[in-house]
Amino acid sequence: MSIYNLDRRKYIVGLVAILIVLVYMARLLALQILSDDYKKNADSNAFLKKALYPARGLITDRKGRLLVYNEPAYNLMVIMNEQHGIDTLDFCQTIGISKEQYVERMNDIKDRTKNPHYSRHTPQLFIGQIPAKQFSVFQEKLFKFKGFYVEKRAIRHYATTCAAHVLGDVGEADQIDIDSDAYYRPGDFIGKLGVERSYEKDLRGVKGIQIMLRDVKGRIKGRYQEGRFDRVPEPGRTLTLSIDKDLQALGEHLMEGKLGSIVAIEPETGEILCMVSSPTFDPHLLVGPDRGKNYQTLYKNPYKPLLNRAIMGQYPPGSTFKTSQGLTFLQEGIVNLQTAYPCYHGFHYGRLHVGCHGHASPAALTYAIQTSCNSYFCWGFYHMMQSAKKYGSVHNAMTRWKDYMVSMGFGYRLGVDLPGEKRGMIPNADYYDKHYKGGWNGLTIISDAIGQGEVSLTPLQIANLCATIANRGHYFVPHVVSHVEGKPLDTLYTRAHHTMVEPRYYNYIVEGMRRSVLGGTCKGANLPGLEICGKTGTAQNRGKDHSVFIGFAPMNEPKIAVSVYVENGGWGADYGVPLGALIIEKYLNGELSESSKARAESFAHKTIYYGTRTR
Amino acid sequence: MARAQDNTRKLFLSIDWITILLYLLLIAAGWVSVVGSSYNYGDPLILDFAQRSGKQLIWMICSLGLGFALLLTDEKLYDTFSYVFYILMMGLLLVTPFIAHDSHGSYSWINLTSTIKIQPAEFAKCATALALAKCMGTYGFSIYKTRDFLRAMGIVLLPIVLIILQRETGSALVYLAFFLVFYREGMSGTYLFVGIAAIVYFIVGIRYDELMLPQTETSVGAFSVLLLIWFFTGCMTILHSESRTGGLYILSIGGAVMLGAYLVSRFIIPFDITVIQLIVCLASIGFLLVRSVKEHTYKYLFTMAFALGSLAFYYSANIVLDHLPDHQQRRILVLLGMKDDILGAGYNVHQSQIAIGSGGIWGKGFLNGTQTKLNYVPEQDTDFIFCTVGEEWGFVGAAVVLLLFLVLILRLIHIAERQPTTFARVYGYSVLSILLFHVMVNIGMVIGLMPVIGIPLPLFSYGGSSLWGFTLLLFIFLRLDASRGLKRR
Repeated sequence: MSIYNLDRRKYIVGLVAILIVLVYMARLLALQILSDDYKKNADSNAFLKKALYPARGLITDRKGRLLVYNEPAYNLMVIMNEQHGIDTLDFCQTIGISKEQYVERMNDIKDRTKNPHYSRHTPQLFIGQIPAKQFSVFQEKLFKFKGFYVEKRAIRHYATTCAAHVLGDVGEADQIDIDSDAYYRPGDFIGKLGVERSYEKDLRGVKGIQIMLRDVKGRIKGRYQEGRFDRVPEPGRTLTLSIDKDLQALGEHLMEGKLGSIVAIEPETGEILCMVSSPTFDPHLLVGPDRGKNYQTLYKNPYKPLLNRAIMGQYPPGSTFKTSQGLTFLQEGIVNLQTAYPCYHGFHYGRLHVGCHGHASPAALTYAIQTSCNSYFCWGFYHMMQSAKKYGSVHNAMTRWKDYMVSMGFGYRLGVDLPGEKRGMIPNADYYDKHYKGGWNGLTIISDAIGQGEVSLTPLQIANLCATIANRGHYFVPHVVSHVEGKPLDTLYTRAHHTMVEPRYYNYIVEGMRRSVLGGTCKGANLPGLEICGKTGTAQNRGKDHSVFIGFAPMNEPKIAVSVYVENGGWGADYGVPLGALIIEKYLNGELSESSKARAESFAHKTIYYGTRTR
Repeated sequence: MARAQDNTRKLFLSIDWITILLYLLLIAAGWVSVVGSSYNYGDPLILDFAQRSGKQLIWMICSLGLGFALLLTDEKLYDTFSYVFYILMMGLLLVTPFIAHDSHGSYSWINLTSTIKIQPAEFAKCATALALAKCMGTYGFSIYKTRDFLRAMGIVLLPIVLIILQRETGSALVYLAFFLVFYREGMSGTYLFVGIAAIVYFIVGIRYDELMLPQTETSVGAFSVLLLIWFFTGCMTILHSESRTGGLYILSIGGAVMLGAYLVSRFIIPFDITVIQLIVCLASIGFLLVRSVKEHTYKYLFTMAFALGSLAFYYSANIVLDHLPDHQQRRILVLLGMKDDILGAGYNVHQSQIAIGSGGIWGKGFLNGTQTKLNYVPEQDTDFIFCTVGEEWGFVGAAVVLLLFLVLILRLIHIAERQPTTFARVYGYSVLSILLFHVMVNIGMVIGLMPVIGIPLPLFSYGGSSLWGFTLLLFIFLRLDASRGLKRR
């Protein structure tokens, strides 16, 4: 073995040291500068970002009367490793649970499969949303129960038992809510139905944040940088509904014991004055600890009280639909004011027969509206569909007709500011091509002319038809919120939609509707001094006919347009007309006259028997 | 009297002030880190002597006193009494496990009072360095003489054995640093090479054991290791056994066979190539054996032994791993990235990397580290103190600390090389080797490049024993250095 020049080895040793330091610095560079994964990780485990919940926005009616507000409720929290040696019996009695429930709850908290974020050092939820009244008893004894703490949370409270469908409810955000919006964390509240859902972003406000430092065991060690990066919560915005609390209450009262809907709209603005869906329920049922249980009961009810029939029910509009047909025929030049069609107890064409009731014949448009003549509208529809000269084919004629209907707000969602609106049904040519394999003509589909057949509308669309007539040819998308605090209303609700029919033609329909009240099918709505215009509907279906009514008043400069839909109520005049008249009277006069009050009570007590439904 | 004063003045002038400055900078930075990592939120008194930061300040002041005292001692003391120190220290190490208290499974701490305890292993390094220096500085000592080499080895191995008996594997490993001293003093670099090769085989073999080469039945780990063994054997035949043709034969024929095997496995029939590789390696050994018989020479012996030893080592590596204690086995697997056990054995490493990574370029500032202060990093002011540096002072701070250590080590190399005596030079190399090993293993562990071996960061980690141990090592060397001029006269 040769003897090396050992002096040189100092360079090797030095080089090794330099190499190690260089490698380590490269590693530090990668850890500290090139990757920020570690930084994120550090933030998440040392910082406890404690959410400060804002007060949810209030909801008032159109006159500023409070409908929904917040009340404190209490979450009872427990820190496991501080909790021992308490008098369990006393504790259970005070909060009103059994010893078994206590033991079960404690085990659930410790079970990491059910409670993945469990730590012995941090507060865990023992019982949530205890109302203030029940809680006050417990609070006096709280000092005895070591390891138990309270956390204040606000829950919704209602100053009314009405308008449950419009107001909606608030519940814990589910996984879908959490996944689709980063704002929500498990345990947060979110609007589930009604305006609580559709105006969630305005109502919820902005969560504040308090950054706390948390040690490895989950204990809070203080505020980060004395709260320099904390943010105070911004309270939610107050919603002013266009709903009139009294009108809504009257509507719900009138509909007791019946299935159906009453919708009233202010034609000038599209604001919904009342939206009744019957049966309804008390909104108080869906807050507090019993929410889940009550929800199940409502859900299982065969009459579906959770369903908002005003926007989700899709019904044949019956004769109320004739108004739209008359307008279409006038605009298309199918008929003029002098055109009269024969009616001998109905429309007869070959073997096809659509019945009608006794009135003078032949009938022109205004008279046909007044008496609700089936024959007139069948002839008009037949002539429109068969006008090959004008449209080339029945297919084109049908398409034209459909465009008119859509321009009046049928067949598509109107865009009301409530979740779950249905679109109803306006058939088009393709639909019939598929259905009849091409072999169809005006006669095949003649019942569309009188609001039967394939046509279906929601009560809201029917009310909107009425509002459009009242406005002589335009409408504003109906909406239940008239004002959001500190924010202009969505332009969707402030822009007028014009139908394809010129305003001048509307006057004839209005005329017919006015005559209908003075001396036609709506005589029951002839209230002195109110100048009501109306149109009945008697919609055929498998069971007893549905009773339908649309009406607005006053005739000139209308203030209210209403639609009434009572399932299986019989003739339009049986329920539709009187209920509609009461709503109009209440709104325009502010109070019902004594005789009307008596009539309202008698209608409120009428119950329609719907058989025993089971699910 | 005048002469004594004169000597003191000369001594004062010949002290290496650069090293002392570096030492002061490092312990100051260390104290700042201890304050940073032991500080609790809402705890304003960092000078409270009941706190760890306050206590560390006391240890530091004592260390300065110790260092000053050492500079005033007579340098002949160390040469003369080095064996005595060594024997006393070994005696202490021997009795330590019997009088020590259980501390996390190790028996290395002796309680002097209820609050003060010392770890003799920290001081044994100094005694061992002195004894080794004395041994190697003896007139006529030659590292090439087997007897001398074994004696020197013995001095190093004895404390290793004694410390392992205390179940302080980490502290025992530090003594491997003395191999760097042997290297400087003439030990063949081959031994270091063999050691490094073994580590590479082990890590590569285990790390990539379960990864497969594409479309073959070959493990990347085994393939790479066998490729390395073949390559090293070929190169060593050329360089070490000085047989150019033999080496070229091994490299060319072996390489061609392996390439062929790979191509067959990849495109014709998938099979385990490592079988062919093993045959190539064994054939190379056989080839060298035939040559040495033919040429009547022993020159191939070492290369053959290396190749055979490499194969044996690699194939027994898994068995070795299985026989390691459970927690060390897990630590190795986690370090190699084979187990992603963030809450278990990987926790320390993972949390320390989070802490360092969260520092960014400039760090979060003094006392603003969140990870270290909230106890996410275990042993944050002792073994993992470098986390605090990384978190609070960022990349810049961490790099400065690394560079300070590097400058100190390079300075010590320079000083060691200027010593007129072998004794002082060997001692100097011992000091810098130990320092280098500590820095390499400790910081490497914290940044996730080394296994979790519990040894402190010199001059930084909280604790008197470690600080005093390094002060002792360093200042004895400075004292020896200061009298280099006197020796020459």
